[in-house]
Amino acid sequence: MKNAGKINPLSISEYQSAGGFSALKESLKKEPKQIIQTINDSGLRGRGGAGFPTGMKGRFTDEAVCHYCGPKYIICNADEGEPGTFKDRVIMEQDPHLMIEGMLISAFSIGAQKGYIYIRAEYSESIEKVKKALENCYKEGYLGKKLPGTDFSLDLEIRLGAGSYLCGEELTLLESLEGKRGYPRIKPPFPAQKGLFGCPTLINNVETFAHIPYIIEHGPENYRKFGTEKSPGTKIFTISGDVEKPGYYETEMGVTLRELIEDMAGGIEDGEDFQPAVLGGAAGTFVDESVLDTPMGYDTLKEKEAILGSGAIMVLDDSRCLFEMLYDILKFFQHESCGKCVPCRVGTTQLVMMMDQIKSQKNGNREEMLEKMKNEAEYMAANSLCPLGASPILPLASTYKYFKEYF
Amino acid sequence: MIKKLLNKYPPTKDQLLMILHDIQNNRPDNYVSVSDMKEVADYLNITLSSVYGVVKYYSMFSEEPRGRYIIRLCKSPVCRMKGTFDILNTLEKMLDVEMGETTHDKLFTLETSECLGQCDNAPVMMINEKLYKNIDAYKLSNIIRSIRSNQNQ
Repeated sequence: MKNAGKINPLSISEYQSAGGFSALKESLKKEPKQIIQTINDSGLRGRGGAGFPTGMKGRFTDEAVCHYCGPKYIICNADEGEPGTFKDRVIMEQDPHLMIEGMLISAFSIGAQKGYIYIRAEYSESIEKVKKALENCYKEGYLGKKLPGTDFSLDLEIRLGAGSYLCGEELTLLESLEGKRGYPRIKPPFPAQKGLFGCPTLINNVETFAHIPYIIEHGPENYRKFGTEKSPGTKIFTISGDVEKPGYYETEMGVTLRELIEDMAGGIEDGEDFQPAVLGGAAGTFVDESVLDTPMGYDTLKEKEAILGSGAIMVLDDSRCLFEMLYDILKFFQHESCGKCVPCRVGTTQLVMMMDQIKSQKNGNREEMLEKMKNEAEYMAANSLCPLGASPILPLASTYKYFKEYF
Repeated sequence: MIKKLLNKYPPTKDQLLMILHDIQNNRPDNYVSVSDMKEVADYLNITLSSVYGVVKYYSMFSEEPRGRYIIRLCKSPVCRMKGTFDILNTLEKMLDVEMGETTHDKLFTLETSECLGQCDNAPVMMINEKLYKNIDAYKLSNIIRSIRSNQNQ
């Protein structure tokens, strides 16, 4: 994201003069396997939320044996729907060529010739900008034609979502790309073995692709100088809610929540007191002051039973009602549950009903009820097909851990 | 109209969502009718039920006529904190409709949407493709008035 605000996002020549596409040229000189190894060495972890090692995904897709020798596909997941998250939108609006370059390098490394960028239809500005950037790349010969010195060419196409949160989950996204209802698939097989149209598919988040050119150009050792041992590199954090300066902040992994909120986002709005923050969006966790000084990383936060997720940070001051926030989040899951598997379909509705019950009975034992909800959500997490059913446990368990007495 | 539109797309099933978007955006009443769905099903050589299933599943598609302008008010947690429900009340009064309904003059349909990814500008809403940030009651009445007056010209 070094170019954000510095170059015209729609101009490919400005992108080139800022060093754009030099990583691609360098990659074309290398062996595809070497590129996968480089990404593996960098320790880059998927920036969509789950934090799966990107290099491993690439290797699996590369090694996948396609029984009837169909093509391989590359897909960019730009269906950003996690409440509180807008990092992918910022990349697509500020530097769309960077994401395309990352896709080109990855496609070369696994030998994919066709790719899709799946953007949610609500992101009209992102769609316009990515469309323009693709046109630029076709015109300049980066897409659609064999690249110099190789047999490799890539075709990219934009596809739109239609308002489903669940389609941001990779297997559901594939169903949607095939023109079906957004129902999750059973895994395994993983997309790397059997993805789009049954072919090996590499699917990564916008931010993940945007990191790849830097890694190729500067090498994995230099990339590892940023961030922590287990979560190297930088991350875009999107801070919103009751802070003075809500917005997006790209910084090293391992930064603390306090630094993010107080130094970057200007502290709590109107000097009010910090109450909880929600990390990772709706499928995220509530945390209190005790987490303020924990370095942000996939593993460090996990120790505190919190998650980094997509990098969303929603800050609440002490005038906000935690109960209402949790209620909103659970209603959101109820609405977005696709209804395919029973634990999630029934469970999300039951959780909302339990919240209603707590609301109506003033003297009931709230803590006991919260524990019940937590158990229910644990059952859902263990028995649902896709991450949506496994999501309500995150806000519930963290509320139980940190805010039992305030509940 | 629909034949011409369909011919822009290769007849493969993976084009379904793109085709439905295109049909809906080209209709002043913003919906996909059953007869459109039949045409699409024939063109892609799939069943009508699989087209209908997709239209029903995705919240941006409608199988019933809507207004020319679809108002999508973001109801994500951050927008709620920043006053989405006050905006919703104001809009309901201003347009004399409830959430999900269309105005008598068939100009506006009022809907809510999950997070629009603009949490640093909350509260936000979209009217068709256009995004409105940091909205309040004053901005709201200006926006609605200007769309109405453009329409009458």
